[in-house]
Amino acid sequence: MANLILLIFIVTLFFLVSAWRLVTYIQILALQGVMLFLVALLSLTQMHWANFAFILTETVIVKAVIIPVFLAYILKRNNITREAEPLVPTFVSLVLMMMLVIMIFFLSYASGYAILDNLFFVVALSTIFTGLYIIMTRRKIITHVMGFLVIENGVFILSLAVGNEMPMMVNMGVLLDMFAGVLTLGIFINKIGDVFKDGDVSNLRRLKD
Amino acid sequence: MLKIYFICSFLIGTALAFNRFRPVKIALLSLFVTLQGIMTLHVIRNRGTGFWYFNADSLAVIFITILFFISALSIYHSFAYLKWRQKEARERNFYFAAMVILVAALTCAYCANHIAITWVFIEITTIAASFLIYYLRTDLALEGTWKYIFVCTISITFVFIGILLLGIAAGPAGITDLTYAQLTANASRLDPFWTKMAFIFIFTGFTAKAGLFPMYTAGIDAKDKSPSPAGALFASGIMNVGFCGIFRTYQFIALTSSAEWARSVLVISATISIFIAAVYMMKVDNYKRMLAYSSIEHMGIIMLGLAMGGIGVFAALFHLVLHSFIKAGIFYQTGITYRVFGSKLVSETGGYFRISVSGSMVLLLGFFCVTAVPPSGLFISEFLIFTEMFRSGYIWLMLAVMALLTVIIWAFGRKIMKVIFTPVNGFDYENAERPALSESLSQFAIILFIMIMGVCPPQPVLDIIHAAAGTLAR
Repeated sequence: MANLILLIFIVTLFFLVSAWRLVTYIQILALQGVMLFLVALLSLTQMHWANFAFILTETVIVKAVIIPVFLAYILKRNNITREAEPLVPTFVSLVLMMMLVIMIFFLSYASGYAILDNLFFVVALSTIFTGLYIIMTRRKIITHVMGFLVIENGVFILSLAVGNEMPMMVNMGVLLDMFAGVLTLGIFINKIGDVFKDGDVSNLRRLKD
Repeated sequence: MLKIYFICSFLIGTALAFNRFRPVKIALLSLFVTLQGIMTLHVIRNRGTGFWYFNADSLAVIFITILFFISALSIYHSFAYLKWRQKEARERNFYFAAMVILVAALTCAYCANHIAITWVFIEITTIAASFLIYYLRTDLALEGTWKYIFVCTISITFVFIGILLLGIAAGPAGITDLTYAQLTANASRLDPFWTKMAFIFIFTGFTAKAGLFPMYTAGIDAKDKSPSPAGALFASGIMNVGFCGIFRTYQFIALTSSAEWARSVLVISATISIFIAAVYMMKVDNYKRMLAYSSIEHMGIIMLGLAMGGIGVFAALFHLVLHSFIKAGIFYQTGITYRVFGSKLVSETGGYFRISVSGSMVLLLGFFCVTAVPPSGLFISEFLIFTEMFRSGYIWLMLAVMALLTVIIWAFGRKIMKVIFTPVNGFDYENAERPALSESLSQFAIILFIMIMGVCPPQPVLDIIHAAAGTLAR
C-alpha cells in the first residue's frame, strides 16, 4: 500500500513540472503533504507512539494545511502574477523528468544494493532532483521556495527509509519544516513581492562581482 | 556547565530583544561576555568532559577560545558601528540578541559529538546570522539576506541527505547512534558506496558555512552586507563551524577504504576555491568583498593541509586559528574605514594615512600578516603545508597554488596600498572624521599575537593544536 502511494507521488511530480498556474503548485504541495502523512502512517511501524503521533500531526498539519494556506495567502497579498513562467517549455521539462526518473530507477535497482526500501530511495531521489529542477527553471522567488518545499518532501521520504532504525532522523526532517517556515515568513514579512515588483529573481542580481 | 550556559545565553538573548533600557542592555551584554569567558575557562580546564551529546574535545576547546575573543571584540566594536548607523532601538536590540544567539549556537555546534546535533545547531546559526545581515534593512541587505538563507537552506538540506545516507551506510556496521565516537570505532565496517555518497553530500553542504568552492557565494554576500563587527564573526566563528563539520566527518572517513577518494575531493574543492579567490580578488572593487574572497583562499589552503595529512593537519589547524584572528581584526578596521569614507569601494577610498596613522598601520601590518610575510605566524603554516605537499608528490599542484597565491598577494597589495596611500580626488581630508586610537588597539593586539605565534609560539597552544590534529589518524 505504501508503495502504491509512493508511485502516485511520482505522478504528482510530473504534474508539478507541467503545471502552469501557481495555485496548482500549491494544491499539489498540499496533496503531497497528505500522501506523506499516509506513507508515514503505513511505514513507521516500530516507533514509540508519542513520537509517531508527533510526526503524523506535524506532517498533516504543517505540510498539508499550514504551508499551502500560507502560500496562497502570500500569493494574494503580494499581488504575484498567476503564471509560473517556466524558462523551459513544459514539453522539454516533461521529457527530461521522464528520463531522470527512468535513470534513477535503473541505477538504483542495478546498483546491487538490495536495501529493503529501494522504492523509498528512488522516489526520494526523484523528488529531490525535481525540486532542484524547479528551482533552476523558474523565475519567481515564490516558485523557488516551492522547489525547496519539494526537496524537503523528498528528504522526508528518505528519512522514512531509515526511520525505523533511527527515529531521530525523522524528527530532524521535521526540523527542516521550521526552515521552510522561515523562508516563507521571509517573503511574507519583507513583502518581497512589493519591494521587487513581481518577486522575480532577475531583480536579485545587483549583488555580484 | 554546557546546559547552564545554553539556557542562560538563550535567556540573555531573549531579554536583549525586548529590553528597552540602555544600562540594562550593557549589563546583559557584559553578563554574556562573562558567561562566555567562564564557559571558555571551564572547557580549557576540563578538556574532554561533556554531557548528553556534547563533548568539549581539543578541537572544540580551540574553537571556543577563538570565539570568546572574537565575540567579545565584536560586541565592543558593534557599539561604535551602531552609533554611526542610527537605527531604531528595536533593530539595535535585535542585532545584539541575534549576535548572542549566534555565539551560543556556535559554541554548542563546536561541542556536539553527534553529527545530527551539529546539524541542528548549524541550522540555528543560519537564522541568527540572517538577522545580522539584514540589520541595515536596505534593498541590497535584503538581497544578501535572501541569498544567504536560500543557499544555506539548500546546503543544510544536502547535509541532512548526507546524514541519512550515512545512516544507510552505518546500518550493516551495527551502529545505532551516529556519534562521532561510534562512527570512528566502526569506520572500517561502513559500507563504502554509501559512505562516499554521504561524504560528498555532507561536504558540499558544509562548504556553505566553511566558504569553499561549490557553495561559497553565500558567505561572500553575508560578509559584505552585514555590519563589519558581525562580518568579523562570519569570517571566524561561522567559517570555523563549517570547518568543524568537515573535519569531524573527514576524521572517520579517513579510516575507511574511501579515504583516498575523500582526499581527492578535498584537494579538488580546495584548488578551485583558491583559483576563484585569485580571479575575483583581481576583479572586485569592494574591499569587504575582497577580504571575503581572501578568506576563501585561506580556507582552500587549510583544506589542502587537511588533505595532505601528516604535519599538514597540524599546519591546517594552526593556520585556521591565526586566520580567524587576523581576518576578524582587518574586518574591524574596514568598518572604521567605511565610516570615515562613506564608501566600501577601493576606487572611492584612498589616502587613509592622512586621516588615521594607527588605522592605516593596522591595515598595512594586517595585510602583511594575512599574506603570510615572515614575522606572521601564517608563514609557518603555509610553509609546512607546502612542504607536506612536496613530500606527498603534489609538486605541480604546489607550484600552481604558489602562482595563484602570488597573484592574490599582488591584487590584495595593490588595493590595500591604494586605500592607505593614494589620495582620492574630491574628498575633504581636513574635515574628515579622525577615528580614535582606542578603536584600533584591539587590532594591534591581534597583530602582535599573530607575530608572536610566528616567532616563538607558546607551548600550551601548540600542545592543544597537536592534540586536535592527532585525532586525525593517518
